[in-house]
Order: sequence, then structure tokens, then C-alpha cells
Amino acid sequence: MSGAASTGTGEVWVVIGASSSVGRAFAMEAAKAGADIVLAARDLEDIEASAADITVRTGQRAEAVHWDATAFDDHDAFVADVWRFAGTRRLNVFFAAGTMRNQDEAIADFSIARQIVEVNYLAFVSVATRLEPGLRAQKGGKVVVLGSVAGDRGRRLNFVYGSAKAGLHAFLGGWRSRLQPDGVTVLTVKPGFLDTAMTWGQPGLFLVATPQGAAKACLKAANKGRNEIYYPAFWRLIMLIIKSIPEVLFKRLSI
Amino acid sequence: MKWKDVALTGWGRTSTARTQAARAERRGEIETAFNEPGGEGLIAYGAGRSYGDVALNDGGRTMLTGRLDRMLAFDETTGLLVCEPGVTFKDLAETFLHRGFVAPVSPGTAFATMGGALANDVHGKNHWSAGSFGSHVEWFDLALPSGEVRRVSPEGDAELFDATVGGLGLTGIVTRLALRLTKVTSSNVVVREARAPNLSALMERLVETHGRDTYSVAWIDALASGPSLGRGVVEAANHALSGFERAKPKRAKRLPVDLPGVVLNPASIGLFNALYYRRIPADGRERTVDFPTFLYPLDALGDWNRMYGKRGFFQFQCVLPYEEAEAGLRKLLEVIGEARSASFLAVLKSLGEAGRGMLSFPRPGFTLALDFPRKSGTAELMARLERIVLDHGGRIYLAKDAALSAQGFRMMYPELPRFRAVLDRVDPDRRMGSDLSRRLGIRSDA
Repeated sequence: MSGAASTGTGEVWVVIGASSSVGRAFAMEAAKAGADIVLAARDLEDIEASAADITVRTGQRAEAVHWDATAFDDHDAFVADVWRFAGTRRLNVFFAAGTMRNQDEAIADFSIARQIVEVNYLAFVSVATRLEPGLRAQKGGKVVVLGSVAGDRGRRLNFVYGSAKAGLHAFLGGWRSRLQPDGVTVLTVKPGFLDTAMTWGQPGLFLVATPQGAAKACLKAANKGRNEIYYPAFWRLIMLIIKSIPEVLFKRLSI
Repeated sequence: MKWKDVALTGWGRTSTARTQAARAERRGEIETAFNEPGGEGLIAYGAGRSYGDVALNDGGRTMLTGRLDRMLAFDETTGLLVCEPGVTFKDLAETFLHRGFVAPVSPGTAFATMGGALANDVHGKNHWSAGSFGSHVEWFDLALPSGEVRRVSPEGDAELFDATVGGLGLTGIVTRLALRLTKVTSSNVVVREARAPNLSALMERLVETHGRDTYSVAWIDALASGPSLGRGVVEAANHALSGFERAKPKRAKRLPVDLPGVVLNPASIGLFNALYYRRIPADGRERTVDFPTFLYPLDALGDWNRMYGKRGFFQFQCVLPYEEAEAGLRKLLEVIGEARSASFLAVLKSLGEAGRGMLSFPRPGFTLALDFPRKSGTAELMARLERIVLDHGGRIYLAKDAALSAQGFRMMYPELPRFRAVLDRVDPDRRMGSDLSRRLGIRSDA
């Protein structure tokens, strides 16, 4: 297959959770900016199509690699594959894997609760710890991770998911500090409501933002070396208010 | 699949459907949708740029295909592009224009999708030389109502191919298609514009472009009457000899509110049309513009459909065979003029060979298109126009339509029995359906 002439920046982004609409949109943005791309997700046929799309539209190299969030034992081999693709080029990481399930089902069935925690939290711990030696050795690179406003405070309707994202946020806070001396930046992204397959058909959403907008904001913030962003930005204010509600009152709220 | 209650409208905003919609993000989801219960039928909805109810399914189900918009392979030597149905003409321009390839046929908006272009067998300003969209499609993958996905080509299953090209989405949902792009010499076109003082002069000037110019279109001042009836401007264009630039992703200006109905009145529209005519010098002019600017003039105003206010507008487009065209067009323009209901400019083009789809709109003749703001009396006017079209052996374009009668439809589309036979074969349980298919009695006489 032939594509447009590559203008390459000589960088590589691995996009984990690349079947998600934000992951897909981010991969395209990064490729348009001149990076080569590794797409990782469980649905290989889907991400192969996205890889082809990147190459046809931008001329950048893109490769699809199978990655199962909870197959932790396979993550060593996955990370080795990613480094092989990057070669001597700088590797950057975009992590968009996540799952949202019905809260009541998760409470009634531990296997669902466990899946929520594993995919939204443990999967990142697994990949991050395995990527760390290489990231530190290359003395640079950007890591962008999708957290959630749901991780800012446990709410009655969504706390299993929220607690996993809260764990993710805490991990990122410490990891950012640990990698800082080596020049690796870590960006925590806290999206509000995005118009994705995850939120399609959910009641009570407002001011839903597009995955393309989120992807652009992520790339811009990563290039600026930001630590944390909310997207859309007004969610910082909403969450400030939600966090400031005293617990005696908050526990009575059915949100 | 997750199904969500939504309200969808056509571009003209005269038709609205309450429907259960799912939004496919992966091809596999389309196949599974057919296996889920839900009795009222399913239709695909892409960019929402069809004017009437062809992609609406009130009370039924709708598959939104806009996010299936990936390009899967492109061969520079043959120009063959394999892509998903949600890819738009805008995507094509941004990806390929600077590389020397363009869509072989393009409708008047770049926001339309490939799936929609196939289902309506769209035509462009080069129909005389290039035919309609379907003649540039090598094959497509079709998710049949049974859930089976089949690759369909003219060599393999010509009946199903010809039923799907221009088939209004009723044979299933296209999940991939292979389209031959056209190689061009430049991303710019040289456009010649000339005035024509009346209808016969305008028609003559359009016919003169055949075989000489790649693209041609005319704009008619539909409010001019008497000796000036049918006066207008003819644009003929050809690709420049060299020079490739990227399609600039222009930000369309937005119209943040619906304009109140009074803004567009016969006086303001008449003034606009007269100015449009007089801006061209009497001896014509020539200019070089980038290709998308020539093809998609209305896209510069993002949601121009809001100009017609909350009640929306009907678009009327018909084709009249060459031998009947002048008499028919004269009649149409007279009735439209009397009704004082016409819109901005009307568009006149000349068409070549008929499309290969059983319900393809194009056939040799002149095609006239114009908008009518919806108000009292518009329905009666549309019915009168339908009658005139029938009297002159013409047909109305279903991608634009929200007003045609079932009886008129049957007379305009004589291949309907063949089309029905294919539907009976691939969709015996009537799992596909749309507001248009019910209004026109496509599955069975109403």
C-alpha cells in the first residue's frame, strides 16, 4: 500500500485501548502531527482497519497489535513488541483502555466489579510498570492517560468505576514524580461526558463533548508538558463544587 | 447494541422521525444489529444530508453509520479506494486532492457520505461525461437483512448490485465499498461564467458544454418572468493544467439561530437573484478556484438549512427528457413564479446516460432543482409540479423528496417491479424500512 509522503517527527505513539473512539481519534491526531503509531486493543480486526486508515490518510506507518487488558501475563511480550516497533525512536504512550458497567450489576456480581477494577486500574499498572525501564532509559517521552471525573469523588451511582479511576489518578500522581528526573512527562486527563460508545444511550448526560475534541486537547496538553487537564475545561469547576460538598450532605445525594 | 431514543430529521427539516438508534463504531456491530429483535424495520443514516425522509424511520430503528469512516486501502496506480460507508466527500478532498485524485462524482455538499452516495446513486456537475456514483463502484460489502455479509459486484450478482445502487438503503447496510477515484491534472479548476438572458439561451449554453467541458451547471433566477423567464448564469469548468494544493479545511460559518420566516420573502429573494445574475459581466468572465470551492459553494455556510426557519423547506428536483425539456421547464418555472413561493437560485444541469441502479434518478435530460420554504400552499404547489413532471415524462429525485405520491412514484420509476423482486429475495421478512419506503409504497402498493 502506498500513502502520502511521510513528514515524520521520528516519534512513535503507542495507543492502548485503540478501539475506543478517543483512542482512535488520538492516534489519527498524532499521525497527522508526523508520528508513527502502534494501535493496541483486543479487537484486532477493528484496529487493523484503523491502522490502514492512518496510513492511507497520513502516510505514517501504523501497526495493530493484539492487547487484552486483563491478560496480564501477556503484557511483557506486548511491551517488547512495542519497543521493537519503536526501535531507536522515542516512544510515547496514550492509554485509553476502560470499561463502564452497570453499578447495580457490579455489586450483585463480583466478577463484574472485578472486571471494572482490572480494566480501569490494574491494566494500566501492569503496562506502566513494564514500560518504565524503557521510558526512563530513553530519557524522555510523554505518557497520556485517560482518567475520569468519576475518580474525583465516589458517588452513589458510579463508585465502583470511580474508585478504580481514583486509584489510577493516585498511581499517576506518584509515577509522574518518579519519572520526572528522567524527563518523562505524565498527563492525567479527566474527561467529563464524551460522546462515545461507553456513554451512548445513557440517561442524564449534558454538554457531551466529541472524541476528536478530546484527542486534540490531549495532544496539545501533552506537548505543553501539562500534568492534569479536565476536558472540557469547565469540568474542573464542576468537580471543585462536587468535591466541596460536606460528606454529611453528600451521602444523602443520589447522584 | 445499545439503542437510544432520538429524533432525526432530513436536511430540509420538514420530516422528523422518533426512532431507536444505535451507532456502530465497528463493522461487526452492523451484522449483529440484524439479529436483535425489533419489529419495525431498520434503515441506515449517515450524515443526514438527504433532504426528505429517505433515511428516516419513524417508530422503527436506525443504524447511524457516520463513525464507520475509515479508509482501508488505496492504490495510487489504479485510484481504487476501499473505505467504510461513513467516509465523506470532505474526507476524500482532504486526503487525496493534493495527491491528484478526486471523487469521480460529487454531489453539491462535501458533508455527504459514501454510503449515502451509493444508496441514492448521486450525480454531480460532470454527469454528462462521468455518469452517476454507482458506475464508479467496483464492489461493496453488504450486510443483508439476514445478517449475512456478502461482497456484491456487477460481475457476481448484478441484480443485487443494481438494486443497491440507488436502492435507498433498502437492501441492507453497506459496510465497505471499493470506489475508483479519478486522476486530475490540478487541484484547481478554471471556471468560465456566462449570462444567459432566457431559458432557451441557458439550455443551449449548457448543451454546448457537452464534450468540451468536464463540469457544467447553471443557476436560474426562478423569479424572473416574461421574456426573462429562465434567465441565469452558466458555469463551465475544467481542471487547470497543473498545480496541487491541499484542500484547506475551512471552518464553515455557522448560522446560530433559525431565521424568522419573513426574512426570506419574494422581494429579498428577487433582489438577491438579480444581483447574482448581474455580478457576471455581460461578456462573461473566467477565474481559477480550488476544486472544493467550485463543487460545494453552499458548504461555506455550515447550516444553511436554518435560513428557511423552523418550519423547514422542501427541495424539488426533477429530470425531464431532452425532447420534452423546454416545454416542461417553461411550465414549471411559470407555475413556480405564479406561486411567488420560490427560493433562491434554482439549479439546472444536463444529464447523460441513465444510472445502472433500478431506482437511479439520472437519465438523459435536463434536471432542475430548487427549494421551497414550507408554508401553507406548498403541498399543493408540489403536487402541481409532480403533475407537470409526469406529463412531460420526467421523474423526481428521491434523495431530495418529501412530497411525491405513491402513484406518481410508480409511474416515474418503471423498474420498481424488478426492485421489489430483489427485496423479496434478500429481505422476505421486511426487516428494512423507512418513512420514504412506506410513503411511496415501495414494498407493496399503498
